[in-house]
Amino acid sequence: MRHTLAVLVENNPGVLARVAGLFSRRGFNIESLAVGQTENPSVSRMTIMVEADERVLEQVIKQLRKLIEVLKVQDVTKEEHVDRELALMKVNAEPSKRAEIIQIVEIFRAHIVDIGRKTMIVEVTGDEGKVNALENALRPFGLKELVRTGKVAMLRGARDMATNGKEVQE
Amino acid sequence: MITVGEAVIRCLEKEGVDLVFGYPGGAVLPVYDAFHDANIKHVLVRNEQGAVHAANGYARSTGRVGVCVATSGPGATNLVTGIATAYMDSVPIVLITGQVPTVQVGTDAFQEVDITGITMPITKHNFLVKDPSVVPTVIKKAFHLARSGRPGPVLIDLPRDVTAAEIEFDYPEKVQLKGYKPTFKGHPSQIAQAAKMIYESSRPVILTGGGVISSGATPELLKLAEIIAAPVASTLMGLGGFPGDHGLSLGMAGLHGTRYANMAITNSDLLIGLGVRFADRVTGTVERFAPKARVIHVDVDPAEIGKNVPPHLPIVGDVKQVLSTLLPLLTPREGGDWLAEVAGYKRDYPLEYTRKNGLKPQYVIEKLSEITRGESIVVTDVGQHQMWVAQYFCFRYPRTLVTSGGLGCMGYGLPAAIGVKFGRPEKQVILVSGDGSFQMMMTELGTLAEQGLTLKIFILNNKRLGMVRQLQEFYYDKRYSAVDFSFSPDFAALAGIYGLAGYTVETSADFDGVLAEVLAGDGPALVNCLVEPEENVFPMVLAGKGLDEAID
Repeated sequence: MRHTLAVLVENNPGVLARVAGLFSRRGFNIESLAVGQTENPSVSRMTIMVEADERVLEQVIKQLRKLIEVLKVQDVTKEEHVDRELALMKVNAEPSKRAEIIQIVEIFRAHIVDIGRKTMIVEVTGDEGKVNALENALRPFGLKELVRTGKVAMLRGARDMATNGKEVQE
Repeated sequence: MITVGEAVIRCLEKEGVDLVFGYPGGAVLPVYDAFHDANIKHVLVRNEQGAVHAANGYARSTGRVGVCVATSGPGATNLVTGIATAYMDSVPIVLITGQVPTVQVGTDAFQEVDITGITMPITKHNFLVKDPSVVPTVIKKAFHLARSGRPGPVLIDLPRDVTAAEIEFDYPEKVQLKGYKPTFKGHPSQIAQAAKMIYESSRPVILTGGGVISSGATPELLKLAEIIAAPVASTLMGLGGFPGDHGLSLGMAGLHGTRYANMAITNSDLLIGLGVRFADRVTGTVERFAPKARVIHVDVDPAEIGKNVPPHLPIVGDVKQVLSTLLPLLTPREGGDWLAEVAGYKRDYPLEYTRKNGLKPQYVIEKLSEITRGESIVVTDVGQHQMWVAQYFCFRYPRTLVTSGGLGCMGYGLPAAIGVKFGRPEKQVILVSGDGSFQMMMTELGTLAEQGLTLKIFILNNKRLGMVRQLQEFYYDKRYSAVDFSFSPDFAALAGIYGLAGYTVETSADFDGVLAEVLAGDGPALVNCLVEPEENVFPMVLAGKGLDEAID
C-alpha cells in the first residue's frame, strides 16, 4: 500500500542526503519526495510517498526517527488530509489543435502558462488522480515534456503536525 | 582567543579523555600542534584502521568513549572499516578527521574525500563543521550522541582553516538535540505485561545480548534469571553479561551455538530478548526460530524491535532500567520440569571434539579458560578461532570478551587488544587470533612494541582461512578456492623482531609446557599454535535450516 509521510527535519546541509540514503540502503522505495522550508526557517518539511506493507512502513518510520536531524515523522495516509501535486506539461500544439487542448485544460481547471509556435505549457495542480487524468488526456497530442513536484500533504482542520499528529506506535 | 585545534584538545579534556589513538597528516596539523600542551596521551598507530579498532577495544573494555584522530583523504578512508565495525557493535567512539580547507572542499583537492558522505550509513551521526565558533558545541554533541541511547561512532570532520582559526573558548554544559531523545525508561504497563507473560509461561528462556553489557545490567539479569528460574542463552556480543559458569547459563546460541542453547530456544514457550537485535547469526531461518514461544523484546533502539523477529511484547528502554522496574513485580518460582528438561539437553548434547591427533584448537581455548578462570580479558579476531573462543572459553564477567560481532572484521584483534590493554592495564589481556586475521593488521606489532604493552597472543595457525575453507567444504563440495597460505612468516621469529617472546607449539604437550610460562611472564609473548588444519567448527546450522537442525 502507498503511504504519505510528512517528515520534519532540521534545515541543515546534507539532511536530504541522509534521508534519501536511508531509503536506498535499506531497500525502501520512494515514489516521490518533495522538500521545502516551513513556517520556521530552521525546519524543513519533506513529503515522502512510499510503497510499503505495514511491517516495512513501521521500519521506515522508525529508521527515519533514528536520524538525529529528523524531528518528527507522521503517516498522514489514514488521517483526514489534503494532498496536492503540481505538474508542468509541454504538449505539441499546432494552431489547429489549440482549441481542443484549451478545452481539456479548462475542464481540469488547469492553466496554460506558455504558448510557443508549436507547443504549449500546461500547469495543473491537484491530487495525484487529477494530474494523471490530465496527463492521459493530453498524451494523444504528443507530450514532449513532463515535470511533477511530487505530492505535498497537510492534515485537515485545526490539528497540526507539531502537536496532534498521530504517532505510529513503538 | 585560542585556535580551534587547541579548543578541540580542551574539549576532549573536559570530556575526561586522557587517551587518543591517531595518525597525523597535513590537514589535521593544527590539532596535532595542540597535543604539545595537552594532558592527553596520543598513541601513534601504524595504520588509521589500527587507531579506530584500538579506540573500539578501549571503549568495549572500559565502557568509556574511545577517541581517535586522523587526517583527511586516505587517513579518513582507512578509518572506514573500523567505523563500520563500531557501528555494527554499537561501540561509542568519537572520531576527529582533518579536512582540506573549506574553500577547497568539493574541488577534488589533494587528500580530499567526502568522509561525512562516505560514513553517513555507518555512523550514528556525523558533522562537517565549517564555522569555527561551533566546534566546541559540536564536540559536546558528539560525545553525548556516542555514549547515550544506543551507543555508536560519531565522526567530526574539521577543515584545516577551521582548526587553524581562533575562537573564544567556551565549552557548553549541556547541548540540545531537538531530534534526539532516546527512550531510557520502559513503559510501566508494558513491563507489568511482561511480568504477567512470565507467569503464564512454563518454559521461559532469556536471550542476552550486547545491550546487557553496555547498559551494565548484569546484576539485574542475574536476579531475573534466578527469580524466574529461566535458563540464559547469549549472543556472541552478550557473552560475559551472564556468568558462563552459572547453572542457568546455556552459553552461546545461534549458527555455531551450543545445541542445548538452541534446543532450549526452540522448545521455549517464552523468549525474553534483552539488548539483542535477533541477528541472522542467532536466529538461523527466522520462520523456524523459537516457533512455540511468545517473544518479549527489550531494546533501547525502537528500530530493532520488530525488524527481524516480530515480538508479542515490545519494550523500548535501557535494559538495566527496564529490569529494575520489572524485578519488584516478580516473585520467585521453581524451574521444575523445564529446568530438568534443559539439564537433559546439556547432558545429552554437550559441546565436544575429538581429542586425538595433533594440537586441537578447541583444546587451546579450553586450557586458556581453565588457567585464567575467566579473570582475563580475551580479544579475538574473526573466523573459526573466534567461534571456538565463544564456545570453549567460559566468560564470567561483562566486558571480558572483545570481538567484532556484527561486521565480522578480520584484523580487528591486535589493535583492539592494544586498546584494551590501555583501558584495563591491570588485567591480563589475551589475544586469540588466526593466521589469516593476524596478518591483516600485524603492522600494529610496531605500536605494541613502542608502547611496551604486555599482551599474550595466541595464533591458532592452520595455515589457511579455516572458516572460508569450512564453508567451501559444506557448500561447495570441498572445491577449495583461495584458502591456503603457502607462505606465512614464522610468527614466533616475527614476534622476536618486535621484542615479544615467541613460541611455536605443535602438540598438546608442547602447549601445556609453555602456557604457564607465557601467562606468568612479565613481557609480551606470542604463541604460534600449529593446530589441526582441517578442524571444523561444530555444531553448525546450515543455511535455510532451523536452530534445532545443527550438524556436528
